[in-house]
Amino acid sequence: MGELAQAPVVETTLVQLVKAVVIFAFIIQVVPIILLLERKLLGRFQSRYGPNRVGPRGVLQPLADVFKLLSKEASTPATAVPWMMAIAPVIAIVTAVATLAIIPFGPQGAWGGDLGLYGIDVPIGLLYFFAFGSLAFYAFVLGGWASGSKYSFLGAMRSAAQLISYEVAIGLSLLGVAMMAGSLSLVDIVEAQGADGRGLWFVIPQFVGFLVFMVAGFAESSRPPFDLPESDAELVAGYNTEYGGMRFGSFFMAEYIEVLVISGVATACFLGGWHGPGPEALAPLWVVLKMFAFVLFFIWIRATLPRLRYDQLMSFGWKILLPLATLNVLVTATLLVVI
Amino acid sequence: MPDAPYALPDDVIAVQRGPEPGGLGGAYRTFGATLRGLRTTFGRLAEKPPTIEYPEEKTPVYPRFRGRHKLQRFEDSGLEKCVGCSLCVAACPAECIRVVAAENTPDNQVSAGERYAAVYEINMTRCIFCGYCEVACPFDAITMGNDYELADYERSDLIFTKEMLLAAPIEKTPLRREGE
Repeated sequence: MGELAQAPVVETTLVQLVKAVVIFAFIIQVVPIILLLERKLLGRFQSRYGPNRVGPRGVLQPLADVFKLLSKEASTPATAVPWMMAIAPVIAIVTAVATLAIIPFGPQGAWGGDLGLYGIDVPIGLLYFFAFGSLAFYAFVLGGWASGSKYSFLGAMRSAAQLISYEVAIGLSLLGVAMMAGSLSLVDIVEAQGADGRGLWFVIPQFVGFLVFMVAGFAESSRPPFDLPESDAELVAGYNTEYGGMRFGSFFMAEYIEVLVISGVATACFLGGWHGPGPEALAPLWVVLKMFAFVLFFIWIRATLPRLRYDQLMSFGWKILLPLATLNVLVTATLLVVI
Repeated sequence: MPDAPYALPDDVIAVQRGPEPGGLGGAYRTFGATLRGLRTTFGRLAEKPPTIEYPEEKTPVYPRFRGRHKLQRFEDSGLEKCVGCSLCVAACPAECIRVVAAENTPDNQVSAGERYAAVYEINMTRCIFCGYCEVACPFDAITMGNDYELADYERSDLIFTKEMLLAAPIEKTPLRREGE
């Protein structure tokens, strides 16, 4: 209770609102950039150019995609549950955006005053991240089930199987970080990696945790090689088969925001967050650069690895990732007590 | 030779199997394979894609490529080579050529022979580009060119008239050099 009572300076509602809008606007701007980056880079990874018809070198491709999606019909199959089908994309977007609030872009006062360059600094930061990460799967399950189609249903079931295989591992992988920082708040975790703390990015002492987190992060954002809910090769488009127009666009956007969220949490927990050379005011730049490094890694992996089979995914999650994460937690705990 | 019932006869070659998947060893090998895969894809980044960006950039055709037909003239006199003999019509398996011959007069000397083709039409919607017309022609009056971009919006536009076939071709299609 003592920790909670000393929660950071409470900002006024107005400041909170402005920050919320700025972060949301930033993400809305970044998603098309990632979209283009992914399509271009994926092309080059596969020895082709990628989109290069719309605008100079294809830079307007995301705009064309969005307009195409906006002009399309959002159809509902006769077997669907319409209201559930309608709220599923909303859940996807809300859970993805809500997690963005806790990603720290800079320390308090980096841009003057008491202003903290993050949405909110919740003392239970990591739990908040896990909570919304798990809720995001409701969007897949609800959307897939309510569509009333076999492919969607299979996609939904797969996302549920994926969730139970990975949630435990991703939780344990960050437990080591939380123990080293002595806090669940992402801001405190970043500060523990700075000069005031140990001055060491957690990616070095928590390398195993980092690996487990990255693998589980791919599953969490259902990106290849763990895009089982979508499985476009065998399930048409998995849980979003029956979705069209901007409803599909919402799922699509939620996936990219989720990638950004995983990148942001990985940056904060393992890559020292806003710490970097130069004045403190440059903090957000470092965060964004590190996040983009992770996004590039996501794309690189997508271009490289084939999708795992259903049973491979579960045996990998339970037999390798979970023991590895548990071992990491035990060793970290022992070392922290001994040293 | 062991007497176990499952022992292989000598003439059967034992299949060499890789290590069993799964377990810690399997995880280790998968990790190595993943890194090799990442290196492979990363190597593609530095390369220029082999894409030929078609409308802007065209694949050169070979010299004997059979494209859009051309009717030839004599270079010195400018007279048409075609004498309206209709051998190409007879040779055409798709029956896409129509020739109506007419007599040359001293006032109106169109071709080098006695007669000339008053009408020479090729229906490009039917032509199969077999080149038999070129082979059949005794005067090398009709030849196959290099152009292949023949799409149009109306079927009637694809019936090529004599004027179109005689016109100096817009050489859009790049030609491959010998031995390329």
